[in-house]
Amino acid sequence: MRGLPRMRLQVATALSLSHLGSLLRGVRSVDEVGADERAASLAKRSIKKASKLWALDMAIQCMDLTTLEGSDTSGKVTALCAKAIRPKPGDATIPSVAAVCVYPARVFDAHSHLSGSGVHVASVATAFPSGQSFAGIKVAEVREAVAAGADEVDMVMDRGAFLAGDYQAVYDEIVAVKDACGTAHLKVILETGELGTYDAIRRASILAMAAGADFIKTSTGKIQPAATLPVSLVMMESIRDFRRETGRVVGFKAAGGIRTAKQAIAYLVLLYETLGAEWMTPERFRLGASTLLNDVLMQIEKERTGAYQSGDYFTID
Amino acid sequence: MAITKRHSTDLAKQVFDYAPAPEATDHIKIRPRYGLFVGGRMVEPHSKKRFPTINPATEQKLAEVAEADEVDVDRAVEAAGKAFTSWSRLTPARRARYLFRISRLIQERARELAVVETMDGGKPIKESRDVDIPLSAAHFFYYAGWADKLEWAFPNRRVRPLGVAGQVIPWNFPLLMLSWKIAPALAAGNTVVLKPAETTPLSALLFAEICQQAELPPGVVNILTGAGKTGSLLVGHEDVKKVAFTGSTEVGKSIQRALAGTGKHLTLELGGKAANIVFEDAPLDQAVEGIINGIYFNQGHVCCAGSRLLVQESIAKPLLEKLKLRLSTLRLGDPLDKNTDIGAINSKAQLEKIQGLVASGIEEGAEMYQPECRLPERGFWFPPTLFTNVSQSYRIAREEIFGPVLSVLTFRTPAEAVEKANNTPYGLSAGVWTDKGSRILWMSQRMRAGVVWANTFNRFDPTSPFGGYKESGFGREGGIHGLLPYLELT
Repeated sequence: MRGLPRMRLQVATALSLSHLGSLLRGVRSVDEVGADERAASLAKRSIKKASKLWALDMAIQCMDLTTLEGSDTSGKVTALCAKAIRPKPGDATIPSVAAVCVYPARVFDAHSHLSGSGVHVASVATAFPSGQSFAGIKVAEVREAVAAGADEVDMVMDRGAFLAGDYQAVYDEIVAVKDACGTAHLKVILETGELGTYDAIRRASILAMAAGADFIKTSTGKIQPAATLPVSLVMMESIRDFRRETGRVVGFKAAGGIRTAKQAIAYLVLLYETLGAEWMTPERFRLGASTLLNDVLMQIEKERTGAYQSGDYFTID
Repeated sequence: MAITKRHSTDLAKQVFDYAPAPEATDHIKIRPRYGLFVGGRMVEPHSKKRFPTINPATEQKLAEVAEADEVDVDRAVEAAGKAFTSWSRLTPARRARYLFRISRLIQERARELAVVETMDGGKPIKESRDVDIPLSAAHFFYYAGWADKLEWAFPNRRVRPLGVAGQVIPWNFPLLMLSWKIAPALAAGNTVVLKPAETTPLSALLFAEICQQAELPPGVVNILTGAGKTGSLLVGHEDVKKVAFTGSTEVGKSIQRALAGTGKHLTLELGGKAANIVFEDAPLDQAVEGIINGIYFNQGHVCCAGSRLLVQESIAKPLLEKLKLRLSTLRLGDPLDKNTDIGAINSKAQLEKIQGLVASGIEEGAEMYQPECRLPERGFWFPPTLFTNVSQSYRIAREEIFGPVLSVLTFRTPAEAVEKANNTPYGLSAGVWTDKGSRILWMSQRMRAGVVWANTFNRFDPTSPFGGYKESGFGREGGIHGLLPYLELT
């Protein structure tokens, strides 16, 4: 296990801090009204024609096509994998999505269908969605998922420990999971809907990044509110500050409640105007969604042909 | 395992180009020539003179408007005087009804008004659409509510309207300033003659149509277009009982001199050089947004613009880094494009004034920063500009630039911040950014400024009074306070 982070956080008050908790309390605050206002103003950007097509294409390339149901079966996952590789049968101009996101028990199914396709297998882990399990079991779950073929691990942050102020426990767990991931990429789900304030979201973002997260992710999709634009703005600004302070690049994933192409474009605008063009790649940005893809496909067809097509022209799954 | 397998080459550095998204103008009907709005009708000017009003983003002529002379001013004041007798005696609830009707018409015609405001003045459509026009309607709604409650506004006093109000407004928020002036005046039972600025007369002329549509009694509102000469004739007219002026301190002073001893009531809302003060514990990213909004909103053509940034030295470096980064994302261009953040400078004269002051800043030794920014070939444009290494004594730190130019100064302690912020002949507004509630109160007690914003900037509401200290003028607009200048209390 690694020691405390050797990084310079932007701390306005205390100087020599040895304790993670007090270090994080020095993380800058967020003004809620201001953050909401900024996010709302960016949502009003008007994205049309060529730039809309570009954004829709980007949304597909950055999508983590997700199924996280108790009723998931090998058959369901197989169908989803086919859709992930070829979202619109017969149309090669539509790119594959970035990854398929499943429960650990379905990783093997997904892996066997996706290997060689370029589409990654992402597995949720650490007792998703609550995270309320034993530390050893959570780390073991990650190891098993990676062994079964997961390229990416979406772990849930221990919100119980975070809200109790035990930042050290949260930090240590992320470090342990990162270690268990090996070469797999680690996304840390903050479950912002349970954190209560933007200040806490910012603190959690910095904590997760300091502990080694490759991505920070808004939500599990099992809790409301899930991803929102202002929450995403706060997390992106944390990523921007973390990069400025440490030089390390961390990705962002929005998940939960993103169902329409219009919403997806709003996230891309937010990303572009907060983190810049460098982040507009699946290596640094993901949209986690289960039903978004067909709306994006429908909007692409609309832009191309000038007319909406019936839902029957887009495959379900 | 690298995630990049498939994407590394094609996605290395893509720029998200926003395709042009211009607001449609085909529903706008601008007449080639306009007369004066006197006694409820559009009339030909006695002067027979007209001057063009242009679109500052394209330099194309939009229309010819009349230049009112002495006789025109006489006629308008006479019409207002005649209307005053019945308007002031009208049941207050009926006056309110007209004002409500006007507010609703502004809302109904919001899109048209927003487009015209942007074409005539150069401000981004997102601002005229989301700020100017909704706030204008809100002002009429608000004062409509007061019309029949004046006795409750000033308990145990008798209230009486003054008579004909002569109002002269600036070009930065044409329709909004018109609303700030006309709504309280009418609610209190006065009648008005209003002169819009010569570079932005069109929304006032559209408002004249709205008055007709609302069937406002003839003469209650009269609108005279013209330049400074017309304005001075209006404020100097002997039958004008009340003068309200918003504009430059220089003109404000000359009006005050001219009115001395005449017994006319006067309110002035003049220039400003507001300090936007950022403490080290401030939420930085939101402070950056506030600074941007404070100085680059409406191209800095805002009397209460936060043109002096006072930043605590301990966070100056990260704040400036963030600010410069943010500056580079501002989109300058076609004001009618819904994605434009910074529009055109209102006029050639204003552009030259900004250029002159910016040159003085460089000459005096300040360090200038401008993001990479392509300016359109036609029209009047100035890129968002930021000066560091600015001393209190530099012209750019003392004079009102009225353009998208920010001067950055630093301070060490709250006391020094107060001292520096107040060290200006102006006193219209100020901003304080801190996470500490007690410090907000401590600061606002010490700022000699009419408005102090905490963790926000340039926020307006009809219920909140607005006005200045010192050379920023006197009298308040908005809120109950905004009724006072239009009433005599006994």
